[in-house]
Amino acid sequence: MREKLLSMIEKNSRMEVSELAVILGVEEETVTKELKALEEEGIICGYHTMIDWDKVDKDKVMALIEVNVTPQRGRGFDEIAERIYQYPEVTSTYLMSGGFDLMVIIEGKTLKEVSMFVTEKLATIEEVSGTATHFILKKYKDHGTVLEKKKKDTREAVIL
Amino acid sequence: MRSPISQQITTIRPSGIRRFFDLVSEMKDAVSLGVGEPDFDTPWHIRDEGIHSLDIGRTFYTSNAGLKELKEEICKYLDRHYGLKYEPSDETLVTVGGSEAIDIAMRAMTDPGDEIIIPQPSYVSYEPCAILAGGKPVIIELKEENEFRLTKRELLDAITDKTKILVMPFPNNPTGAIMEKEDLEEIAKVCIEKDIFVLSDEIYSALTYKGEHISIASIPGMRERTVVINGFSKSHAMTGWRLGYACGPKVIIEQMLKIHQFAIMCAPTTSQYAAVEALRAGDEDVENMRQEYDGRRRFLMHRFRQMGLKCFEPFGAFYVFPSIQQFNMSSEEFAEELLKSQKVAVVPGTAFGDCGEGFLRISYAYSLDALKVALDRMEAFIKELNK
Repeated sequence: MREKLLSMIEKNSRMEVSELAVILGVEEETVTKELKALEEEGIICGYHTMIDWDKVDKDKVMALIEVNVTPQRGRGFDEIAERIYQYPEVTSTYLMSGGFDLMVIIEGKTLKEVSMFVTEKLATIEEVSGTATHFILKKYKDHGTVLEKKKKDTREAVIL
Repeated sequence: MRSPISQQITTIRPSGIRRFFDLVSEMKDAVSLGVGEPDFDTPWHIRDEGIHSLDIGRTFYTSNAGLKELKEEICKYLDRHYGLKYEPSDETLVTVGGSEAIDIAMRAMTDPGDEIIIPQPSYVSYEPCAILAGGKPVIIELKEENEFRLTKRELLDAITDKTKILVMPFPNNPTGAIMEKEDLEEIAKVCIEKDIFVLSDEIYSALTYKGEHISIASIPGMRERTVVINGFSKSHAMTGWRLGYACGPKVIIEQMLKIHQFAIMCAPTTSQYAAVEALRAGDEDVENMRQEYDGRRRFLMHRFRQMGLKCFEPFGAFYVFPSIQQFNMSSEEFAEELLKSQKVAVVPGTAFGDCGEGFLRISYAYSLDALKVALDRMEAFIKELNK
């Protein structure tokens, strides 16, 4: 039930406990307990809302930044990552395999603001040996959800 | 001028649902629970294979019985899920949907006057196909108290010395009924004893919610007297691809192939390539969709209980078949009123046979959000009726 519950609320975290219980075919109390356990175990880390900010009249830019770091003795990737993700502008930080070390996703109001962050905050960290900034121009699909397109039911009347 | 129309075709009634759907399509912001096809898009990897087959120029006929690869995959699929063993080469025929397979199976097995037993409520095409094949449909009216399963008693009562074929429409459209192993064993015994052939329409076999579907052909002694019909429409959300198949003893399949090759040539080539992918790599898609349907099914049953609508719990397909007998209205009146006053379209049970009177078919091939809107409206309607 755990995995099923997780995959359901991953798609829609606003589903009510009573609904989840009906659909999973279990008691409400079981769902409540399981959700609590999942939160306590840190498996559920938060409940967010997916927003297509492009549709909101508010300036917002997002960039993916490839960061190369040179870990120093006694200071591994984890600590460098922590130094980076503490900035509130940073929305995600991942340790990567391949051509660079950290993928940092940041959000700002303007291109300038993001660029300033990279040159003044990121690049100046001692262990950071290089960055490459990619601005996001358009989001098509995010977290499994296709943005923009609203799906219409195009099924025609058929006799069966 | 003489009438250009055959006398036989005039005996076939047009389907009653048509008029109803015309009403729905004219109505703005009506929500429909009437559609009998999956709301899911065909999984992308399957569509992509279809597109790829076009890219590389696979635009020719396939052999009449279907692509060899596809027939092989069909046999593997039936074996892995239902323990059915068929030869791809001469016991498997790829058709234009399950519907073609129903038609040609009846035509291949029926002589004038042969009786074809059709349990109802069921899919609308068995009866006309039986008539067009020159057979005489004999209807068994399934009962709600038996969860719309076919019982041995009912079958025995319908059999005469002219009986040739029994249609087994399970998992059932429109009731959602299934037949479990013990139920099938009883029926099989009768078929063997009375020397009757079975046309088993298992198009909804992937969508069961109480253990894996059992095919009557897997009951000892039944394989040689059964044509199993299945397809991709419901399991893999591929209705528009028009692809199904029939498996059975060579003696029947080779005659069906004759009709198929003269009437149809072969099933659509693009669809066949896509279907190979569906069978090779689609089991997980099917399971995900099944689970989604199952959740909706539970949700519907729960809401029906809340609003006091009587409904037996169905374990197959994507339909529920609630009873409206408590309201003293015919199915058609109820459906029409519901549409007019709350703009919700459901299909009256009578569309699937006279014994569907007093019931509605409600499809849950709709998103949970759509179902919620429709059920809230239904609840309001029922409250109004109960006033």
